[in-house]
Amino acid sequence: MATVNAQPAVPSSVWRARLRLASRSVRENWGLFVRTRIGLLGLAIIAMYALLAVAHPVLMSTVWEPRIYDPVIGYAFDETKQPAPPSLKHPLGTDPLGRDILSQLMFSARSEFLLGLLAATVTVVIGTSVGAIAAYFGGWVDTILMRLADIMIMMPAISVLIVLSALIGVEHFELALLIGILSGFGATGVVLKSQALSVVVKPYIDAARSAGGGHFHIILVHIVPNLLPLSFLYMMFTVTSAIFSEAVLSFLGLLNVRMSWGLMIHTTESAGYLLQVAEFWWLIFPASLSITLLCSAFYLVGRSLDEVVNPRLRSR
Amino acid sequence: MTTDPVLAVDDLKMHYVTQAGVVRAVDGVSFSVERGQSLGLVGESGCGKSSIAMTLLKLLPDNARLVAGSIALNGIDLVPLSEDEMRPHRWDRISMVFQAAMNSLDPVYRVGDQIVEALEAHSSSAGRDAMERVRELFDLVSLDPSYILRYPHEYSGGMRQRAIIAMALACEPDIIIADEPTTALDVIVQDHILREMQTIQHSLEMSMIYISHDMAVIAEVCDVVGVMYAGKLVEFGPTADVYARPIHPYTRALMSAFPSVRGEKHELVTLPGEPPNLLDPPGGCAFNPRCAYATDECRTTAPPIVKRGDQWAACWNPSDE
Amino acid sequence: MSEATNNTQAIPAATSRLLLRAIDLSKRFPLSSGWWDRNPSFVHAVDGVSFDLMAGETLGIVGESGCGKTTTGRMLVRLAEPTEGQVLFENESGDLEDIAHLKGQPLKDFRRRAQMVFQDPYESMNPRRTIFDTVAEPLQVQKIGDHAERLERVSETLGLVGLTPPSSFLFRFPHELSGGQRQRVAIARALVMNPSFVVADEPTSMLDISIRTGIMQLMGELADRLGISYLYITHDLAVARYMCSRIAVMYLGKIVEMGETEEVLQNPVHPYTKALLSAVPVPDPEATRDPIDIKGSVSVPVDPLPRCRFYDRCPIADNFCRDNDHPPLQDKGSGRLAACYKA
Ligand SMILES: Nc1ncnc2c1ncn2[C@@H]1O[C@H](COP(=O)(O)OP(=O)(O)OP(=O)(O)O)[C@@H](O)[C@H]1O
Ligand SMILES: Nc1ncnc2c1ncn2[C@@H]1O[C@H](COP(=O)(O)OP(=O)(O)OP(=O)(O)O)[C@@H](O)[C@H]1O
Ligand SMILES: [Mg+2]
Ligand SMILES: [Mg+2]
Repeated sequence: MATVNAQPAVPSSVWRARLRLASRSVRENWGLFVRTRIGLLGLAIIAMYALLAVAHPVLMSTVWEPRIYDPVIGYAFDETKQPAPPSLKHPLGTDPLGRDILSQLMFSARSEFLLGLLAATVTVVIGTSVGAIAAYFGGWVDTILMRLADIMIMMPAISVLIVLSALIGVEHFELALLIGILSGFGATGVVLKSQALSVVVKPYIDAARSAGGGHFHIILVHIVPNLLPLSFLYMMFTVTSAIFSEAVLSFLGLLNVRMSWGLMIHTTESAGYLLQVAEFWWLIFPASLSITLLCSAFYLVGRSLDEVVNPRLRSR
Repeated sequence: MTTDPVLAVDDLKMHYVTQAGVVRAVDGVSFSVERGQSLGLVGESGCGKSSIAMTLLKLLPDNARLVAGSIALNGIDLVPLSEDEMRPHRWDRISMVFQAAMNSLDPVYRVGDQIVEALEAHSSSAGRDAMERVRELFDLVSLDPSYILRYPHEYSGGMRQRAIIAMALACEPDIIIADEPTTALDVIVQDHILREMQTIQHSLEMSMIYISHDMAVIAEVCDVVGVMYAGKLVEFGPTADVYARPIHPYTRALMSAFPSVRGEKHELVTLPGEPPNLLDPPGGCAFNPRCAYATDECRTTAPPIVKRGDQWAACWNPSDE
Repeated sequence: MSEATNNTQAIPAATSRLLLRAIDLSKRFPLSSGWWDRNPSFVHAVDGVSFDLMAGETLGIVGESGCGKTTTGRMLVRLAEPTEGQVLFENESGDLEDIAHLKGQPLKDFRRRAQMVFQDPYESMNPRRTIFDTVAEPLQVQKIGDHAERLERVSETLGLVGLTPPSSFLFRFPHELSGGQRQRVAIARALVMNPSFVVADEPTSMLDISIRTGIMQLMGELADRLGISYLYITHDLAVARYMCSRIAVMYLGKIVEMGETEEVLQNPVHPYTKALLSAVPVPDPEATRDPIDIKGSVSVPVDPLPRCRFYDRCPIADNFCRDNDHPPLQDKGSGRLAACYKA
């Protein structure tokens, strides 16, 4: 259409307009998120642990002497009896092998985060692709992916991990990949597919097709963005389950990791202090409380994100 | 008809906050609807008709602000009510056929089940009774009962619209707001549904607000008609009077050049000028840039109300024929 | 608007160019009643529809809700595969080609030239994309112009369909528009690539008279100037009268009457067309209309009996209509086609 002379009033920059829109939507969603309260609580806990994780290397290179405070090979020469109860120098005491518990706790926080976020990212990338592809193509693609999902869901994750760790030494990275693959091809994929099914019947998918958009364009531009809020939600829940599985596996001594919260409890257990909680509380509580807190923090964030993306749940 | 109005709206103002500014979609609207009466709302696309409807049900998007006014339903003001207090009124007493009718069905549930759910949430009928009622309703809107157990995407556009009409009628409300309910329907089905709705309306003394751009349908269905322009009512009165002797120049423009299937095929005329920008509506009378009779007063000062019998209009230069 | 062609069977190639030919199109949807059902029922949504469309011509389709208008349109732009029949469409080099076999680049070219305005302006736009993204999508996937050119073209098109000033609409989301404004966005999206054929599925049903007239004039002008052809689906006969040179009246998946618009509207032949015309409301509160002359039962296109589809509701049907198959579409004089034994 080349006949209209009137110069349309074009905003100086499309990108600026987009940026404004994006920032507006972030602001609005943040507002909703804040209103849920529990989400903020979750965020605060996560922030606290993030701070601990970041502070650890700083402390190690400044005030904490590595010989004493190293979470794995350190030894509290200043204590006479191990495990030592909390003191000024060791605020959370030491473990049966004479290592500083606070240092262990902070050191592990980082790997817990990395583990959780990696597992979640893998889950979401796989789950979103599986959901979108199965719903969009349907037919045999759908059938194969869903049968695969059935297998993944039926497999008891913990026992698979036990077998695997016996076969190949499983570390944090492998664990994260495993959890991500299991849940991405499994439950998360199925949930996202059912969401995608309600997207693929929308006429705007037809509109994109009739514009000439290919499969890739339609999946990437129209289906995936409509799944993202839900995927993000599942990301939070995966973090929770990843941290929890890690704790269980380390506690069972099945993971090939240097230090983690689960391993801290495992050490306590193998040294025979597990049943004397009342006397040696500092051996159990810091680690188990951290596992519980961080798991529930991600869960709380997920719950309140749920309210942000599902207006129906919102209490006005 | 009693003199007690079912719905009385007074000086209602509802604005949308957007990044480009404030859209004055409903800008001081007052009217009332009596029991058993049907009110037609007409006006240009984007002038705020649906916004009024959504405001009456208080189903507003997050960026909407109910700035002022009152909405009295059977004497109860809905404006200060909370969402929980509002819920019992919705569907039971005031229900709506949305303009987006075609997409207010949930794609993953069968249509019949959705109506049954609505019925069960709002009345005592359950199970077999409810299904029986759905059959009745489907019959009412000329849908074949075999469609009760099908999914929305298996319906054609018009069928979905009819399912939504059925749902709105399900609870026999005091007042029903129908926002372009028959846009996707052929004239025969439209005729049937309008007749059925009028029958229900008379037998139950139900009131109705009927939003449409189809002047012919309004003429057939409504007792009174309100003409909107740029978020305001500019003319209001009994349908026969408004159609026979429109006061406001905008109403006159609406009435002329109506395309017809019957008689001579005459040239269609468009209203000159552009639709008003609600972000920054023209001063004085919002219609002045497009009005053939506009004077200086029209450009600066809001127009006065001119009355003629039951009919009124907001205009500086009313037609006095 | 171009010269209307009356005769759909034989096309005099010299006078105007054939753009599209639908041959015996049928679409049946199986009714899912379970895997154990060996003989599933079918919805005969479209049942043996044939017509020709000239370049620059507008063919109107009117008919009952659910009679298969949208499905027909979707098959013409290859959004639905016909169960039977073919759609021939003029390709870049001017030959008619069966669109069922298009793949890759030829398919993309076809998509550029054949567009559709969807019936439901609420669902046919992705709620997460701005109006600019929506209207620019065809340009983007077809790689037409750079970003600035697309922006300009989109603004221009929005202005043409009466969304003024375009800048105040470009970066809104669909839910921030009224029904009629969305419909205009849908029209803009279909027109933005200068297609040569547009299936317009009730494109102006939510617009007021004034804007609707403007859009009808715009579409007519584009047809004249650029030779765009439309398949104009509508239930508003007055709109069909102004937009279309020919109209086809459909009933339960079949075309029951087809001919020049004025002809069909002024003296309809088929009893369904007559009923349709008598049901058009009149814009006069005092006026009364004659009641419609057909029986009120609901029509279902599920496994229809082999007789006239309109038999159950027809006021003039007799035993002959009951005992014979659906009547063929026959010339009833002066190029008017109708499917009725009695007319
Ligand atoms: N959520 C929103 N945010 C911002 N602006 C909005 C929003 N919803 C509607 N608008 C604007 O408010 C105005 C009134 O919209 P409304 O839907 O009430 O119009 P309408 O009279 O129903 O028109 P139509 O006949 O086209 O449906 C329009 O100009 C529209 O662009
Ligand atoms: N995906 C589908 N699955 C099953 N049946 C379908 C499907 N799409 C359409 N139908 C059926 O096909 C018939 C024709 O539908 P279509 O959408 O073409 O009607 P239409 O003429 O456009 O009607 P309207 O004017 O109401 O939009 C209807 O009976 C409908 O129920
Ligand atoms: Mg509206
Ligand atoms: Mg349709």
